[in-house]
Amino acid sequence: MIPEEKIFEDKIAREVRIEPRDWMPADYRKLLIRQMSQHAHSEIVGMLPEGNWITRAPSLRRKATLIAKVQDEAGHGLYLYSATETLGITREETIDQLHSGKAKYSSIFNYPTLTWADIGAIGWLVDGAAIMNQVPLCRASFGPYARAMVRICKEESFHQRQGFEILLTLSRGSEAQKHMCQDAINRWWWPSVMMFGPPDDASPHNQKSMQWKIKRFSNDELRQKFIDVCAEQVRVLGMKLPDDKMKWNEDEQHYDFGEINWTEFREVVNGNGPCNKERLEARKKAHAEGAWVREAAAAYAGKKNHSSNNQ
Amino acid sequence: MEKNASSESWPLWEVFIRTRQGLNHKHAGSLHAADAQMAIENARDVYTRRNEGISIWVVESRHIHASAPDEAASFFDPANDKVYRYPTFYNLPDELKNI
Ligand SMILES: [Fe+2]
Ligand SMILES: [Fe+2]
Repeated sequence: MIPEEKIFEDKIAREVRIEPRDWMPADYRKLLIRQMSQHAHSEIVGMLPEGNWITRAPSLRRKATLIAKVQDEAGHGLYLYSATETLGITREETIDQLHSGKAKYSSIFNYPTLTWADIGAIGWLVDGAAIMNQVPLCRASFGPYARAMVRICKEESFHQRQGFEILLTLSRGSEAQKHMCQDAINRWWWPSVMMFGPPDDASPHNQKSMQWKIKRFSNDELRQKFIDVCAEQVRVLGMKLPDDKMKWNEDEQHYDFGEINWTEFREVVNGNGPCNKERLEARKKAHAEGAWVREAAAAYAGKKNHSSNNQ
Repeated sequence: MEKNASSESWPLWEVFIRTRQGLNHKHAGSLHAADAQMAIENARDVYTRRNEGISIWVVESRHIHASAPDEAASFFDPANDKVYRYPTFYNLPDELKNI
């Protein structure tokens, strides 16, 4: 082990944060770039399914809330892109990797938002799962990532609460609204459970990531925690989670749950989900159509610089 | 100058925010912007959506110079062995008050 590596490992062991200009193993840098950029892309692509309902929100209150939430997600993407850049990859490279399909984003955003109730289900389940993942990341060993996560977690809690409130309102409404609520839960439950990633024994990056204290809990541990919480919360709605095998296990002090469809998960990750093409096309189109804005702003800045230099 | 202003890479800016009157500006993060005005406006949207600030400073990242992390130990060494810079270093009788 080279001396730099010893210093690095020692810092990790003592819970001292690693900062961008500190020496770090190439694999640590690679793992972080992969995880953080994937996280950033998820925040950005995640705006699309919800953005779909902004113009059709059922009241002004719901509309203002949804806009604020989607705006927060844009902010989360930007915190994370900036934090990723401190590792030496440029913003353009990161965005290019998303557009070329080289970089992934959370598979959950490849599902469609068919009814207004989906906005509620996303807030409750998708943001709920995200929070479960993100809270331990506030203690990630890489300083800029941990700091971005602290900011993000502060903002996430309203996301989940507004979602639950939407479902609660529907669950107390007409028969049709109740039905809509249950239908959204049925469609979003399993994809949300899959958000924690493949099972531990099939997750190649899990171990390294835990060893370097980027992640603090394994995929399966976080998934179980999420299921335990949701199994209780769903009762407040008077709704059901779509899992016949879900049952309290007194010995384990956890809920047992049914088989996860990992074939579906792999299909969606590999680009064959219901909305993969649409999502990526939307991102590429927005980037291409925004090119003139970037050029104009750069030209204006250049001109101003030029004239102030010549004064 | 115009050559730098390529559409592909707006410069990176570091953002500093004063959260309340009486406190100092603190580093909040960074962002890309074409010029200072845009950097300040983007910083408002990205970093102060919940009243986190009453004043924003931005500075292009390339203008920041930093001490070298590898040399931190020797660089800060001169402060390590000077306990006499702290009030507790001095032995004074208990009956001495208000000092
Ligand atoms: Fe988010
Ligand atoms: Fe969120």
